[in-house]
Amino acid sequence: MDEHEKNDKLKLGFWVYLMTDLIMFAVLFAAFAVLRGNTFGGASAKELLSLPGALANTLILLTSSFTCGLAILAVAKKDKIGTQISLGVTFVLGLTFLILELNEFSKLVADGNSWQRSAFLSSFFTLVGTHGLHITVGLLCIIISMIMIWRRGLTPSISGKLVRLSLFWHFLDVVWIFIFTIVYLMGTIK
Amino acid sequence: MSILFGKLTLAALPHEWFTIAGTIFITIMGIAVVAFLTHKKLWKWLWKEWLTSTDPKKIGIMYIIVASLMLFRGAIDAGMIWLQQSLSVGVSNGYISPNHFQQIFTAHGDIMIFFVTMGFLAGLWNLILPLQIGSRDVAFPFLNTLSLWLYIAGAIFVNLFFVLGGEFAATGWLALPPLSELQFSPGVGVDYWIWSLQISGLGTLLGGINFLVTILKMRAPGMTLMKMPMFVWTSLCSMVLVVSIFPILAATIALLTLDRFMGMHFFTTSFGGNPMMYISLIWSWGHPEVYVLILPAYGIYSEIVATFSQKRLSGYGSVVAGSIGITLLALLVWLHHFFTMGAGADVNAFFGIMTMFITVPTAALVFNWLATMYKGRIRFFTPMDWFVGFVFTFTLGGMAGVLMGIPGVDFQVHNTLYLVAHFHTMIIGGALFGIFAGITYWFPKATGFTLNERLGRYAFWCWIIGFFASFVPLYILGFMGATRRLDHYEASTGWQPLFIVAGVGLIIIACGALFQVLQIIVSIKQRKQNIDKTGDPWNGRTLEWAIPSPPPVYNFAIIPKVTERDQFWADKASKQTAKQVYEDIHMPKNTALGIYTSGFIFLFGFAMVWHIVWLAIVGLLGAISCVIIRSFDEDTEYVIPADEVAKMEAERKSFYG
Repeated sequence: MDEHEKNDKLKLGFWVYLMTDLIMFAVLFAAFAVLRGNTFGGASAKELLSLPGALANTLILLTSSFTCGLAILAVAKKDKIGTQISLGVTFVLGLTFLILELNEFSKLVADGNSWQRSAFLSSFFTLVGTHGLHITVGLLCIIISMIMIWRRGLTPSISGKLVRLSLFWHFLDVVWIFIFTIVYLMGTIK
Repeated sequence: MSILFGKLTLAALPHEWFTIAGTIFITIMGIAVVAFLTHKKLWKWLWKEWLTSTDPKKIGIMYIIVASLMLFRGAIDAGMIWLQQSLSVGVSNGYISPNHFQQIFTAHGDIMIFFVTMGFLAGLWNLILPLQIGSRDVAFPFLNTLSLWLYIAGAIFVNLFFVLGGEFAATGWLALPPLSELQFSPGVGVDYWIWSLQISGLGTLLGGINFLVTILKMRAPGMTLMKMPMFVWTSLCSMVLVVSIFPILAATIALLTLDRFMGMHFFTTSFGGNPMMYISLIWSWGHPEVYVLILPAYGIYSEIVATFSQKRLSGYGSVVAGSIGITLLALLVWLHHFFTMGAGADVNAFFGIMTMFITVPTAALVFNWLATMYKGRIRFFTPMDWFVGFVFTFTLGGMAGVLMGIPGVDFQVHNTLYLVAHFHTMIIGGALFGIFAGITYWFPKATGFTLNERLGRYAFWCWIIGFFASFVPLYILGFMGATRRLDHYEASTGWQPLFIVAGVGLIIIACGALFQVLQIIVSIKQRKQNIDKTGDPWNGRTLEWAIPSPPPVYNFAIIPKVTERDQFWADKASKQTAKQVYEDIHMPKNTALGIYTSGFIFLFGFAMVWHIVWLAIVGLLGAISCVIIRSFDEDTEYVIPADEVAKMEAERKSFYG
């Protein structure tokens, strides 16, 4: 079977996987929507969440999606070094996003607002944390891809993998936009 | 010690009579199997030819074997439930404790849905779908073996407490909170439940993606969507449902896990949790799930009725439209599972109407099958028996369901044995009969010889008579007010005779199952008499019958060109033989990484049940490493050269004449 046909199937399969992941996120969003008022006497979203911080995170993630796009352009030009550099920048931006998010989480926990405090906080940590977990998986995949490119070059099989990785990264961007809107914007402005 | 073994202590090891009996039984069976394999020196063969295989035909057979074993376990549970309900009247408390009884019906439900029906279906999908679409393989061979091994890991999980201790969930098959929360179920039973479903559900989801892509991308040239065999169509619908709903199941169970492990409050009774949300979420998976089970059975019936009536399926277009309609409506009816929980009259009315609406496409399908039989030259082999039996049971169960779809009636019969009887009618009389029909129908394709007809017929009659004897009393008991999951009742209710009749029915069903086992043994013994040299024992219509039985590893030496709906039937009529020009065939290599990955995931799940931190880390890292190793492996295929194919085909021709 030639690589093109294989990549074609993998791409469709990956799209279907992304849709299943989206449904999983939909469940988490639904749970958040149901529970976000249930603070059980604890602090609400308005008191806990910081809009500027979330905005900064959003911009970082959007930029990383842009650099991820640059990586795919470089793949199309068979530019191995360009691909590596763009992937590297994407990785750093993704890592920054993750560190800022963990920082926010640890502050919340330190102030006694952990996931055990109320149903609202449970759903907040789960929804945002699941996105963060996906970012972690994405970062791991970026490292593996960079090793693969370094060792084997931009073979058709690896190029296919990179296209799917970028789909995944953009997908996480889309999910984050919803998190930013529903959790942070709707939670703090009211 | 607690760092090493977590919550797993000696006190948790089997100490009740049923866990000890289970341990002894499993140990004896295990020793027997190991001794047999060692004696015959079959280990290497088993590992190389079967366990690590990526051939969907072999994977399919392994699915069916495991599902059969699980059917045995589920049936024993059914027998134990019945015995308790027949004995535990008035002053007698029966032979098992209420807690044990609750574990049994929980396990019975989960096993029959997840590991029997889903297992059989996955087996048939693997065996038949690639053949019917004229393909040599599925889209992702590695995912396919991984799916199988995740399913097996899940199946082991349901039985693990027998050997390693603890208990199974005593919460009912969907583990509804707040009962399944830590506060009310502090033991490990619910955790076993969580991980067996989570792991096998992951396998199902991966399988769904795999077959969806297989059907959409790997059909033989010329096979447009409207030329696909009906089993492929209904399986496609089923896959669409799988990828739509299994993420819901995974997420819902994950939220329950977070509640139990991290002290979160999604479904707890305090801290703002909302148990109703779980019920809504789990049923928005649970109701479509029954259509995941029944739609492939519709496809099997469509194939069988057309073949044995020797006629084209009537109203193919409307059967396709009906299946798609069912697929869409299946996602809009889940709330009828909890009409009584206060959603309000408007919401109940909407879901009641939707529930009734879904019978319209279903009835259209039944009428189309009957129309196919009309004026056909019908041959009554056992697959047809199962079909006719299905029409009767399914019509009964369908009408019982419509009745319950009326919210007002549902308030009366909710959570009674009437409901139990209804869904058993649908799943046994609908899905399971279809699976039996399909296995009988395709058995010669998979093995090269047909099943004994006489014993098959005995099995069928036992099943259908036993079925009605067993479940009609439950309808009546339901109307009399007997609730489900009842481990004790007063003698004054007068229910005992009906329970005993149901038990007699169960014994008749058991005879049917015994005949099926006998049928397989006798058929294997008489395989020389029943050999199928043509590859087409039933005068079939679709592509799987165009190739020899059992099919060669590459299925089709030459990929067929499709111009008609029943391509093989058309080929037989035109008697054209295509020119035989062979080409190199690329096939996937076997891989053990599927087993290893699933093994590590199994360890992870086990560690989570018993809170063994180090083992959880080992399991997680191991599974991730396996996937990374696989992603680096680009040498996953081997080539069968064209001359080799020509030689193999010539050998087959000379053997079969």
